[in-house]
Amino acid sequence: MTSTEQRSALYRTIRLIRRFEERAMGLVASGDIVSGIHPCIGQEAVAAGAAAALGPDDVMLSTHRGHGHFLAKGSDPGQLLAELLGRDNGVSRGRGGSFHPSDFSRNIYTATGTVGHSAAIAAGIAWTAQQDGTGQVVLCFFGDGAVSQGALLEGLNLAGIFSLPVVYLCENNRYATTLPAEYAIAGSVPGRAAAFGLPSEVVDGQDVEQVLAATGRAVARARSGAGPSVLQVDTYRYFGHHTFEQKVRLKYRSDEELAYWRGRDPLRIAGDRLSEPTRAAIEAEVEQALEQAVQFALAGDRLTAAAAQDHTFSGGTRPRPGVAGDA
Amino acid sequence: MPKLSYLKALNRALADEMERDDSVFVMGEDMNFALTNTTAGFRQRFGPSRVLEMPLSEQGFTNFATGAAMAGRRPVVEFQIPFLLLLVFEQITNQANKFRLMSGGRASVPVTYLMPAAGVRSAWGAQHSDQPYSLFAHMGVKTVVPATPRDAYGLLLTAIRDDDPVVVFGPLDCLGLREDLDYAELVPIPLGEGRVHRSGTDVTVVAVGHLVQSALAVAEELGEQAVSVEVFDPRTIYPFDWAGLAESVGRTGRLVVFDDGNKFSGLAAEILATAAEELTLLAPPRRVTRPEAAMVGANPGLDAGLIPTTDQLREAIQRVLK
Repeated sequence: MTSTEQRSALYRTIRLIRRFEERAMGLVASGDIVSGIHPCIGQEAVAAGAAAALGPDDVMLSTHRGHGHFLAKGSDPGQLLAELLGRDNGVSRGRGGSFHPSDFSRNIYTATGTVGHSAAIAAGIAWTAQQDGTGQVVLCFFGDGAVSQGALLEGLNLAGIFSLPVVYLCENNRYATTLPAEYAIAGSVPGRAAAFGLPSEVVDGQDVEQVLAATGRAVARARSGAGPSVLQVDTYRYFGHHTFEQKVRLKYRSDEELAYWRGRDPLRIAGDRLSEPTRAAIEAEVEQALEQAVQFALAGDRLTAAAAQDHTFSGGTRPRPGVAGDA
Repeated sequence: MPKLSYLKALNRALADEMERDDSVFVMGEDMNFALTNTTAGFRQRFGPSRVLEMPLSEQGFTNFATGAAMAGRRPVVEFQIPFLLLLVFEQITNQANKFRLMSGGRASVPVTYLMPAAGVRSAWGAQHSDQPYSLFAHMGVKTVVPATPRDAYGLLLTAIRDDDPVVVFGPLDCLGLREDLDYAELVPIPLGEGRVHRSGTDVTVVAVGHLVQSALAVAEELGEQAVSVEVFDPRTIYPFDWAGLAESVGRTGRLVVFDDGNKFSGLAAEILATAAEELTLLAPPRRVTRPEAAMVGANPGLDAGLIPTTDQLREAIQRVLK
């Protein structure tokens, strides 16, 4: 049973992610966020439920569609938004951007752009935790597009042979950019898990409480030393792969399909479990938090060419300059 | 004084560092039997969790090392064949080496990639014979190619202690090289510091890896003909010791590069370009490298036409002296 307090917290996270993404899409439209973003609207319950199953010391690896993961793990919305804006007060000092941020204060180590490659990075982190007996679990997010990457399968194998404390969470939003999962995947995600001797579950990703329960089981298993497992969490993104689709309007999904998933809105499903006043109070608080976040982010310093090679290496080693060769 | 082989120097550096620092471990294929001999005796000495056997999943275990490094370890990943570094080129250049930058300096990925048999393995085939150190330099990954046992020890030690990814190439033709030295002389050698093996006044030969010994032999021989050759070994390919090169060329005014990499866009090309841009030369510089494109690697007769030779070096030196 989920308490009202837990339900409120889960709803708050979903609401925060939804409104964060909406504000971010506004800042894309206004030209402030130059990169565009990969909005996770429609998928918020996956991040919210999965992160709620973790402790603060547990490690998370995110993806290019990762803002929800960060917010759910407790990243500061202002610093995250500043990162999207490429400002120096961003969570990665403006060098990760929307696509590849990290937040070491929340144990989110990376959102690597090489799809599926986080699986073995997660195994390496989990192996270290296992060796040191820290009790940490690593939650590794990836999408349905990643499950045909060899490197992901190598990661599952490594996690399997060392029986590592990892939870592999496939956020199945049914499309790798434009490519439907049913075209791309021979067999299935549970089938891939079974091939490596790993248990798996298929989960309704629109219902945050089901995501929390399933991830909780996988995390408990990992923490107990029983090894890795795989979750296929079914969900849907309400917008394009990337905000450039706001302009190009690629038609790879039917209106009926979109309407079906709109009808299974994770925000509404979680919100319906709360009383109207509770919901309204959370919404007001989230609006206030986001207003502060936007102000904080927009007040950050813009980065300039002079800082382009900062942080390339440790210990003050600097690469030779290129264009400004005489510097 | 004891004679230390290059391979034994790598073994000793790795063991000393594993003894000194619990966060260092070595991983790779056929670790249980120390196939390359780099880790001979380690399994018994350090146990299986610090001499980690890996399946044939090079991309997977290279990423695994990245994860372990971000979690506080200092993995040393051994590869048996140079092309495996091409298979994991993306994982090293686009992931491990960018995570510091992408995190605004907050991530640290101290992995050492050790390739203890780099270069042509005669008749082992085209796919076993590459020498891809220039590629890593091109992508801005710290890269070292020690030429002597002492340098192999000191540079491997420094590579392991460095907080960034470092690729260490041990040329196959160096592995058997022996050097008389006192073990007390074995110390860390900073990255980015070249070494003048032989002073000279007429021409600077920049030689890399196993070609250092060949260059020294040519230098001795030409010395008898009153040609004074300075042999400069950069030791680190990236970051390169440009100041050391400038100093050497300042003395000699002439430059030949002797590099076992491919010609096109290779290390020698970079050195010549920098020399042309920034140094004062008395004659156009020259390079002696592999030709462009692929090695045969399967036939010693054919390979003779692909490997840079001392005859070519001699000729190049004579041309810059004309």
